[in-house]
Amino acid sequence: MSTTWATRRKTRIDDLSAGRSLTSEAFRRLRRDPVALTGATIIGVFVVIAALAPLIAPHGAAEAFPALQENLRPGSIPGPQDGFPLGGDQLGRDFYSRMLLASQQTLLVGVLATVIGLIVGIVIGTLAGAFGGWVDTVLMRVTDVLLAVPSLLLAISVAALAASPSQTTVIIAVAVVGVPIFARLLRGSMLSQRDSDHVIAATALGVKRPAVVLRHMLPNAIGPVIVQATLTLATAILDAAALSFLGLGDADPGRAEWGLMLAQAQSYLDVRPALAFYPAIAIIVVALGFTLLGESLREALDPKGSR
Amino acid sequence: MTPLLEVDDLRVAFRRRGEPDTVAVDGVSFDVAPGQVIGLVGESGCGKSVTAMAIMRLLPARGVRVTGSVQLDGVDLLGLSESQMRERRGKDLSMVFQDPLSSLNPVIPIGLQVTEVLARHRGMAKEPARKAAADLLERVGIPDPRRRLGSYPHQLSGGMRQRALIAIALACRPRLLIADEPTTALDVTIQAQILELLRELVRETGAALIMITHDLGVVAGLCETVNVLYGGRIVERAQRHRLFGTPRHPYTHGLLRSIPRLDAPSGEELVAIRGSVVDNLPWEHACAFAPRCPRAVDLCTGTTPLAETSGGRLLRCHNPVPASAE
Amino acid sequence: MDSPLLDVRDVAVHFPIKRGLILDRTVGYVYAVDGVSLQIGRGETYGLVGESGCGKSTLGRAILRLEKPTAGQVFFDGRDIAPLRGEELRTMRRRFQMVFQDPLSSLDPRQSVESLLVEGMKAHGLSKGADADNARLRELVDSVGLPSTALRRYPHEFSGGQRQRIGIARALCVEPDLIVADEPVSALDVSVQAQVLNLLGRLQRELGLTYLVIAHDLAVVRHVSDRIGVMYLGGLVEEAPAQALYDDPQHPYTRALLSAVPVPDPEMEDRRERILLIGDLPSPAAPPTGCRFHTRCPWRQPVRCADERPQLRVLDDDTGHRVACHFAEDVRSGMLQPHSVEAQPESDDVLAPGVVPDLPGSVTEILGR
Repeated sequence: MSTTWATRRKTRIDDLSAGRSLTSEAFRRLRRDPVALTGATIIGVFVVIAALAPLIAPHGAAEAFPALQENLRPGSIPGPQDGFPLGGDQLGRDFYSRMLLASQQTLLVGVLATVIGLIVGIVIGTLAGAFGGWVDTVLMRVTDVLLAVPSLLLAISVAALAASPSQTTVIIAVAVVGVPIFARLLRGSMLSQRDSDHVIAATALGVKRPAVVLRHMLPNAIGPVIVQATLTLATAILDAAALSFLGLGDADPGRAEWGLMLAQAQSYLDVRPALAFYPAIAIIVVALGFTLLGESLREALDPKGSR
Repeated sequence: MTPLLEVDDLRVAFRRRGEPDTVAVDGVSFDVAPGQVIGLVGESGCGKSVTAMAIMRLLPARGVRVTGSVQLDGVDLLGLSESQMRERRGKDLSMVFQDPLSSLNPVIPIGLQVTEVLARHRGMAKEPARKAAADLLERVGIPDPRRRLGSYPHQLSGGMRQRALIAIALACRPRLLIADEPTTALDVTIQAQILELLRELVRETGAALIMITHDLGVVAGLCETVNVLYGGRIVERAQRHRLFGTPRHPYTHGLLRSIPRLDAPSGEELVAIRGSVVDNLPWEHACAFAPRCPRAVDLCTGTTPLAETSGGRLLRCHNPVPASAE
Repeated sequence: MDSPLLDVRDVAVHFPIKRGLILDRTVGYVYAVDGVSLQIGRGETYGLVGESGCGKSTLGRAILRLEKPTAGQVFFDGRDIAPLRGEELRTMRRRFQMVFQDPLSSLDPRQSVESLLVEGMKAHGLSKGADADNARLRELVDSVGLPSTALRRYPHEFSGGQRQRIGIARALCVEPDLIVADEPVSALDVSVQAQVLNLLGRLQRELGLTYLVIAHDLAVVRHVSDRIGVMYLGGLVEEAPAQALYDDPQHPYTRALLSAVPVPDPEMEDRRERILLIGDLPSPAAPPTGCRFHTRCPWRQPVRCADERPQLRVLDDDTGHRVACHFAEDVRSGMLQPHSVEAQPESDDVLAPGVVPDLPGSVTEILGR
């Protein structure tokens, strides 16, 4: 029997196995997609490193070592040596440990900022899409204003409002940048869901309005927003790094965060470029990982790809 | 008389990454004489549209494998290069599609779409082309044709758009016209107008017409010879009176008994064909229609029925409906 | 008829057409449904037929209160549901349900069949606990000809015909009295249509349902209906028992419609005389004055047709055959002969303020939804 016949047998109605939802089918496609796997691997590696950082880093982030400090001269920072695989930084700290520990901070900021922006954006988008009318108009005009400002400028403005710079400021500032993007995206999806037959069918069935919005409209509208979230995560990390770079984050110089390290390494580019190189590569690779995953997620969730 | 078009063992397979080939057209052969009107009838997935696209060489180059031969006036279209094929499209053979809104360029006025064809194949200059275009639009029944030359597709109704499409297709008097579900998206009174128009134009220009549709009523009135497709192959072919009078293939027979008809006595139960189009077997080892066939015998699930021709009729069935029935 | 299940009186549904840069202004209306009255008795199947722009789908939705009628009353089992809102309307919905045209888009792709069916029951307090519900669900899918394994599957795993059965099961899960089927088979393969039509017939007999079947396919409608109403441009032009409509079509439009339907019988196709209508359907945004059909009517007369809108009236028999034509008797007797009709010149598509856009096509096309 040819393989086509065998494949067709599996989808026949007499098959007693449970059904395969669209989500599980999307996951199956993702598992086979090399782009998705690459992205997921990169992210996975970083998450593991970030989780285990305190355990695998040989030293602390703020510790200074005489072994490194004694080799500090103007115009010279010690490179890799015994016990310090990546050498020291401008204050004689273990660069390797700082790189590892910084992964925690960077991922945390990126993820938190995106998730907060996502939640707020979803709420706004749902309200606008579900109610329509003046609620929609008001909410959308507000998001339009936010969208009109270039994202980094917006983040800086929000961060500058804080009394004293801190990590929380950075997180909230970056979250605010994401809110209008998610809100607009979701609202658009919700509007098209509102006119779709199955939503009208649910209304015709007599399902209560909140249930129609939350059970029928939202799950079908959220796909593009999730994809956008993975892509936004990448830019969130970059934006947070930029804010730290500009000194709007937690100013504690002992703190290890890739963006901050990149900022501090600017003055030493001619002396020891590795100090800037490594954090920059790390940021780029993480951002790439999320972007790859986001792109393949978008393709996997596209219903036209299924059959 | 040598046929105008000879399609011989046409096979079209689609391949997607990591999946086995999907065979859409599986060994289709038929002839079209000059000026003849034939029908390709079948449901979704039977391969009729893909056949038309294959003849016109409009299938994508990647991911599609086309084998067999399609001879137009003795020249195998499948062997031509793209630029050679372009020479012929519009001039020797042309196509009318189902959805006029998506097959007309929405940002170009229809007049320009007509003159474009005239300029390309008949080398007409601008003003004579415009005059010819206006005449064409008038011939297809679009009122106020001179003004309509400047209209955009969305400013016309569905029926008018389809007329414009027909005008474009027939602008250079091709000898073969392929119409793929040209009236499916239209209302029934408009459909009657368009079918009448097609009938007249085909008679006038002497073009041959391949009419592709799922509507048996349409072919009954229009086509001399009717081919019934199922699962990518022709399962029955006959002259129309004989096909409808004595359908031999169980699919044709079943289809005719299952569609509601205006002329049937009311209250008569429809006899449905069980299962659906996805319930089929591959042709290589069996008859694709067997799972749904009320006349299936053991042979049907093990051996491919071959196409047998007798008395101008083609039939692909191990256990056909007896000739004397009904 | 006394105590009809559905009594539609003079219903109109007008959609405003809004244009504008900053603030939307109403520049005109789409007269989708413009004064329709009909009655459907219990256990009856009423077929509503017509082409695009005739308003049949809009009327179906207005009856189900998925659109709010601009005017008129809709009496369901004696109660006017047109002005109902909120919770009152929601609970009333249980009694009239809809089967949609496109089985793929009318089922939530993210819900299993089980979930889809149980939802309706829960929304109306018909859920009696997991076991009882389960039994009811099995009963439901069985009654539409699907195996119980279907319950755990998702819509995209089924074929078109099977999805339509699920749609029917969903309509049945709340035990309605009336089912409005909007083009129930037009999106299905020809070989599957009969299955669904037979199913609908069987369910009606078993459950005593009342149907309003809306379709453009006259043959389908004639097959399933007891009575048929023919709509043209927002109004009902003829209404008759199914066989009578075919044997004795009284309205010129009905005659043209019947003559245009292709029949799979070559001899009949060769013999029949076609009444070909000229031109397109006028836009429901700018309907002709007087009789809506007069611009294309081969029997149009110089008096009355362009000025007076004809009302539905009975000609002579008591079968309930009504027709809206000033000259129906003369058309039927042959005293009036059909003449040729010139195509109307179409006006430009100019959307200046105050000008009603003369766009051809259906309500959906004009309103972009």
